[in-house]
Formats: sequence, structure tokens, C-alpha cells
Amino acid sequence: MMLILTTRNDAVKIVAHRPIVWFARRILSGVAVVWAAATFAFLIQCVLPGDRAQIIINVTSGNVGAASSAELAAINAKYGFDQPLAVQYGKYILRILHGDLGESYQQHRPVAGIIAEQIGPTIVLAIAGLLIAWIIAILTTLFIAGRDNIWSKLLNDMQVFLATVPPYWLATILLVVFAVKLRIFPVIGGNSPIGLVLPTLALALELSGFFGQVVQNEFTRVLEQPFVTSARARGMSDFGVRLRHVLRHAALPGITLSGWALGKLLSGAILIEVVFARQGLGGVLVAATSSRDVPIVSGAVLISAGLFAVVSVIVDLTYRVVDPRIKLR
Amino acid sequence: MLQLRPKPISQQADLLTVDSLRVSFGRGIDEKTVVRSISFSLRPGQCLAIVGESGSGKSVTARALIGLAGRHANVHARQLSLDGTDLMGLSDRAWRRIRGNEIGFVLQDALVSLDPLRRIGKEIGEGLRLHRAVSSREELAQRVIALLKLVGVPDPETKAEQLPHQLSGGQRQRALIASALALDPRILIADEPTTALDVTAQAHVLSLLEETKTRGKGLILISHDLAVVSRVADEILVMRGGEVVERGNPVQIFRDPGHPYTKQLLDAVPSGRPRGSRLSPSTIVRSPARQTQPAVQSPPNSRPILLEATSLVKRFKGPDGTLRPAVDGVSFELRSGETLGVVGESGSGKSTMARMVLALDEPDEGAVRFAGRPWTTLAERERRARRRLISLIYQDPLSSFDPRWTVERIISDSLSSDVETPRKRQERVIELLDMVGLSQALLDRRPLELSGGQRQRVAIARAIAPNPAVIVCDEPVSALDVSIQAQVLDLLGYLKDHLGVSYLFISHDLSVVRHISDRIMVMRRGSIVDSGATDEIFRNPQSEYTKSLIAAMPQLVRDHQIGHSATILEEGIA
Repeated sequence: MMLILTTRNDAVKIVAHRPIVWFARRILSGVAVVWAAATFAFLIQCVLPGDRAQIIINVTSGNVGAASSAELAAINAKYGFDQPLAVQYGKYILRILHGDLGESYQQHRPVAGIIAEQIGPTIVLAIAGLLIAWIIAILTTLFIAGRDNIWSKLLNDMQVFLATVPPYWLATILLVVFAVKLRIFPVIGGNSPIGLVLPTLALALELSGFFGQVVQNEFTRVLEQPFVTSARARGMSDFGVRLRHVLRHAALPGITLSGWALGKLLSGAILIEVVFARQGLGGVLVAATSSRDVPIVSGAVLISAGLFAVVSVIVDLTYRVVDPRIKLR
Repeated sequence: MLQLRPKPISQQADLLTVDSLRVSFGRGIDEKTVVRSISFSLRPGQCLAIVGESGSGKSVTARALIGLAGRHANVHARQLSLDGTDLMGLSDRAWRRIRGNEIGFVLQDALVSLDPLRRIGKEIGEGLRLHRAVSSREELAQRVIALLKLVGVPDPETKAEQLPHQLSGGQRQRALIASALALDPRILIADEPTTALDVTAQAHVLSLLEETKTRGKGLILISHDLAVVSRVADEILVMRGGEVVERGNPVQIFRDPGHPYTKQLLDAVPSGRPRGSRLSPSTIVRSPARQTQPAVQSPPNSRPILLEATSLVKRFKGPDGTLRPAVDGVSFELRSGETLGVVGESGSGKSTMARMVLALDEPDEGAVRFAGRPWTTLAERERRARRRLISLIYQDPLSSFDPRWTVERIISDSLSSDVETPRKRQERVIELLDMVGLSQALLDRRPLELSGGQRQRVAIARAIAPNPAVIVCDEPVSALDVSIQAQVLDLLGYLKDHLGVSYLFISHDLSVVRHISDRIMVMRRGSIVDSGATDEIFRNPQSEYTKSLIAAMPQLVRDHQIGHSATILEEGIA
């Protein structure tokens, strides 16, 4: 959140006359974010309680007993744990630069490969969630917001409810009602489009509550602006003004939120995937976390940071398209 | 189907007839009537002006005429008809055909009345598209350019592609008028079309409206300022509290105002009064408890110099990355007990200059000395002790207050820490409120619960709280109605006489500056083009620019001449 807001200010100042400089700076700051995430992941591995060699032996063998010192020394030598911390860190960063995120303790396969196999469905789910959340928020706002009737009030209450309900709870309810009772959607959908419906809804409804509240607040504020009256005085219909003038203004804070939302969606998607038994990063991560398969977890952290940096650039570019004042200021 | 066009318009037939218009909001016991029984008619080529303070119901009246009084408004009228067509009970669809097409509507302050995210050309063309008045994209573009030319916006091809904030205030307002004129409506309603503009831009917009009138359009002009409407209006309605208290042609009203309120409005116009005289009838509550020594009545030139600015320069980066001077070599001095007026259009550098005087911005060249000692060249830490000696009053007090603070806290916050006990602090706050003519009942109010005039008085109380030597007033009355403006100007004059403070008084309004200042400095593009004693400037302006400012000052046209149309439009304006 903080990251998006501060970089946005940078955008306002820098975009002014040199878009290339602005872009270069954004790439650099994105790299810095990923680097910080990598460092963080590394430090976590070091300060985690328990001896790492011991953990690896336990994970591999499935035993919980203490390993002999000979075994430990072998593992320490293999993974380089016996070297000074600075050397370990340097090697770690160097490996990341070569696209090597380490090897899973449990599966003995490269982490990059494991994540690459699983991340596709997760990203699809997260983006679908974002789109649906936007569509729900925009449609309800366009038709209902700022009107003085019972629907407007109900919508508002509904949004607050959705925004506060935990998504896994919502997911369970959706699953029970639409899949088990009504049998409209499959309980386990795999990766088919029809199987995407319920998980997407479970993710999107919560977010649509958030977006809806932000967009609706701005929408009702903008509805009172003089240029709205101006447009109506030209003969534009109420709905025309909402669609062509007000929505654009109201979308701005929502766009700012989208960067944060995609981060939230990725973590939300992981939970939802477990609930719906979907293929994706979720299952892998849950398994890796419970067995303390650290390379997979820190690999996921790195990838998320990278995605987040990319998304925030996209968000800023979108913002510039919707609000041309920024580009020209 | 509504048929509005075919009816032949004779010069005498009424274009718009309003009989006993009444507008209220809410229902039942909550019902609040804001317009009671207003009647008038408008003929082609005629201008009707509705004048009154904010809250008088003039804007609601205007909006009721295009069916946009608001969702909760109840509009009743014995008759409301446009060229014989009844407008009462029209469906929304039918209204939409009239809006823009038959009646054009221009609002105040084009910065917020034009969609800030849309290009000027698109906004102007919107009416044309809505009413399907053009058949192709090319025709639309041509019509938009033609409209911008009509209202005298220079370089229309470029401006059509720009956003509202990239145009000057005057150009924006003219673009807004162009959007209202797009479909060549028979009636143009303008709600405070010049309020946010500086004098020259104001004069241009008025000429444009006048010209629209001479093209045979019916014009309804709404304003709080009698001087503004006096040039264009054929008939004036003076509104107060939802009622018309006086009506007549300008000659009648200005020569012989019948209603005391009309007289009050006339008196409030600074340009119509001797300099320094009272503008408002209400007397300020004067506190006998605090009679500080009255200002030293020594000849102005022998008083000590408080502020001394030498060759101030401040540069900012322009859109192309080059440094441009916003203030370019400005020198002046401000003596104790004196008011120095600074006049200039927006962008002339007057606010930048004020920020340097307040040591909020550091000058790139030159320096300001305060009370004979260095000021801008000091480190902030060394300045802090003397900061309280220079106060500031802003244009918009609301945005300079913390909305959650009470009046007491706002003023108390500025008191010097020498006033120690809470009780003494409160007493002092009450005393200050008293001095600015406010009752202590307001102590617990929050800014949003105050009227515009009360807010500015609280801002003044806050400014005098630390016993400053100098108060920098940056457009302190620009956001106020004329009658409130008059009260605030009177208050500032009173405080100067009794506290002996000096004012650096910044405004775009020459008549206001003339009224309050001992000396005047005219700024343009960062430089001083004229300066001297107020009367001297008016008697013998040195620069062409000052001459044009003086000529553009809205005067009460006591001898009303119809057709006294300026030819500024044809001359083409920069």
C-alpha cells in the first residue's frame, strides 16, 4: 500500500516531461523491491528456530529424531551452511540473478520449476477475481450509488458486509450452496472455466465490497460537482452523466487500490485453492510451509514481490490514461 | 412530440414567462421554502439580472428554469413557459431536449464546471453530440473550433486539445460559455459567470455576454455583485431570503434604491464609495476592555520600515524544463501602520512574493529584511521566535482550518505561550472574537458550522491573536459575497486603526485594493509595473497595464446606456 502511494507521487513529478526517465526509475525501484524481498527471505531462513541441516534431514527422511553429527556436517557442507553468512548471502543473490531459486528440500527439484508449473492457475484466478470485483463494483455503483432509495442503502450495507467477511468462509458457503445443494457448479472444478466460477466469486465478492465502498464514496462526492450540473444542463441524461463523467473520477481511487488488491488476491487465491482443491500455488505452498520447505516459501515470496512491482507499474500507467492531468502537469 | 422551433418569434413576445415560481426542499414539517413567488418575463435581446447574496435563492431559481433544482426540490409555478410551451411537469426526456438546445446554462468557476479530466473540445462538443446536431466527426471538430473562435479564445485548435487546468481562468470561463452556446440556444442563463475571475478576464466575459445579448438572445445573469450586472442588465431583480425585494431597470435602482437592502448592496461596492469609508452598515462590536494605543498618526514616511524587500527573484521550472522567473526583481518597503496593496492577475507572482515575505519559500536572489534585521537569510531556527510577528490570512479560511477543531482551539492555538492559564487563554479568545465582531457563543462551533463571513472573521481573529506587526492578506475577500466582503474590509480597516498593524494586502480586485490601501503596487509577470500612493496611481497610472486594469474595473453604471458594448472581442484577446 505504502509502496504504491509513494511511487505514485514520484510518477506525478517525474512523468512531467521525460516518460523514459520515469520508466527507468520505476524499473529500478521494482528491482529494489525484489532485492529487498530476497534479502528478507534470506534472513528469515537464518534466524528461523532450529538447525537448518536438521530440518532438511527430517524433511527428507520423514523421521523426527536427531541426526548424527556426521550427517549434519554432510548436509551443512552440501548446502554451504558452514560458510560465513556474508558468503552465503552473496551466493544466494548470485543464484537468484541466474534464475536459480534453489532446490526444494522435499521434492529435490528446482524451486523455479515447481513454482512455474503451479503459478499459472493462481494468476488466472487472481486476475479473474480482480476483473469480476471491478465489474461488480462499477455496475452496482453506476446504477445504484448516490440515489436516495432503499437500494442505495442496501448496497452500502452489502458492501460493508462483503468487505469484512473472511473469503474462505464465503468460499465454503458458496461451495455448500451452489455446488453441493444446488449442483450448479462442480465441487472440484479442476482447471475448466466452469470450475473457475465459484473460486473467482469467493475472491471477488470481498474485494468488490472494498472497491465498491471506495468508488461509491468518490462517486457520490463527484455527483455534487458543478461540472455534473453543467453536463446535465447541456441535455445529458442522469445515467449519461454517471457513465461519461462521474465514473471516470470515481474509478481513480479504485485504480490506486488495485495494486494492493492484486497482492491481496494472490494470497487470497492460495487459501481459496485449498478450499476448492484447485491446482495452483496454494497446495504447494501450504505443503511447503507445514513441512518447513523453506526454499519453496522464499521462492514464492520473491515471485510475489516481482509480480507486485510489475503490477504497480501497470497501475500507474492506467492511472495516467484515466487522469491525463498527470501526464501533462 | 414537442414542437418548439416553428413558432415565429416576434421581437416583443416573451421568450420565457415565470409566474409565481416557488421552490422548496423536503416534505412536511421539514419543508424549507427557498424561493417564494417569483415572477418575471424575458424577451429576446433582453438581459434580466438576479442579484443577491449566497442563500438568497437566486441560484435555485436559475436551476429551476432548466428543471435541475435538485432531486428533493418541489417546484411550483402558476406559469413557467418557454415561448408558449409549458415547462411544468415536463418529462425528463422532454427537459433534456430543452436543456442545451433551447436554454444554455453557464456556471461559476469553469475550473470545476468543466470536467477536469476531459479535453476542452470534447466538453464543448458534448451538447452537439447529445442533440445530434452534427453528422460527422469532422463537422463536430469544425463546430468546436468555430465556437472557441466565437467566444474569443486565442489559438482554438490547440486549446480544444487541452485540459481545463491548462487554460487561464478567463479562457476557461469563455470555453464554458462556448459549451453553453454550442446549440445556439435562445436563452442563456449565467450563474455567477465572473466571480472567480480577475478584472480583465471579468471585463472580457461581460463583453461576451453583452454581445450574446445583442445577437438577440435572452440573457439571465445571476450575481452577488451589482457592479458586475450594471453594465449588461436591462432589468434587475434584487433577491433576499427567497423573495424579490426590489425590481426595476438599472437607472432606477442605482439612482433611487427603494429597499434598504438594495441600498446596502450598492454601498458594499468598493468602487462606488470614497476610499476608506465604511462599506457595511452593521457596526463592529468594539471592546472597551482592550483599547490598545491607536496607531501613531505621524506622517507615513517617518514611520519605521517594517518589511524591506530588495530585488526578490524566484524561479520555477516550466513545463519544458527551463527555469522561469515567477517573481523577477521585486523591491518594496512596508512601513509600520501602513497598508500596501498588491494587485495583479493570477500568475503575476503576487502569491509567490507573499510566500517569500513569510519566509516559506527562499528567494533565489535578493532578500527580505524584517524590522531592520535579516529575515529570509536566517536559518529557520533563528526566525522562529519572530515568526509570530507576521501573520497570514488566506483566501479560503475553510481549508486553512482543521475541520475538527473548535473556534476556541483554532484561535487559542495562535496565542503566544505567554498567556499561561487556560482561563486567561479563553478570556483572550473571547476578547479576540469580540474584536472581530463575533459572539462568544461561537467558541464551540466547528468551521463547517460557520457562515463564510464568520469563517473569515475567525481567520482574522487567529491572525491578530499573536499581536503581529504585519499581516499578509492573500486574497482575503475574493471568496466572499460583496456585502460580506464589505464587512470584512471594514473590519480590517478598524483593526488597523486600533492595533496599528501593517497589511500586505494581495488581491486581483483593484477596487478592493484601492479601497483599503495607502500605497499600491501593480504586478505583472513577476515584475512591478507601477507603484505609488493609491490616489496617485489612479490619477496618473504610469503603465499601460495599470491603465487597462483601471478601465476594466466594474463600475456601477449609474447612467445606464444600452448598447455600450465594448469591442474587446473583435480586438482579439491574449
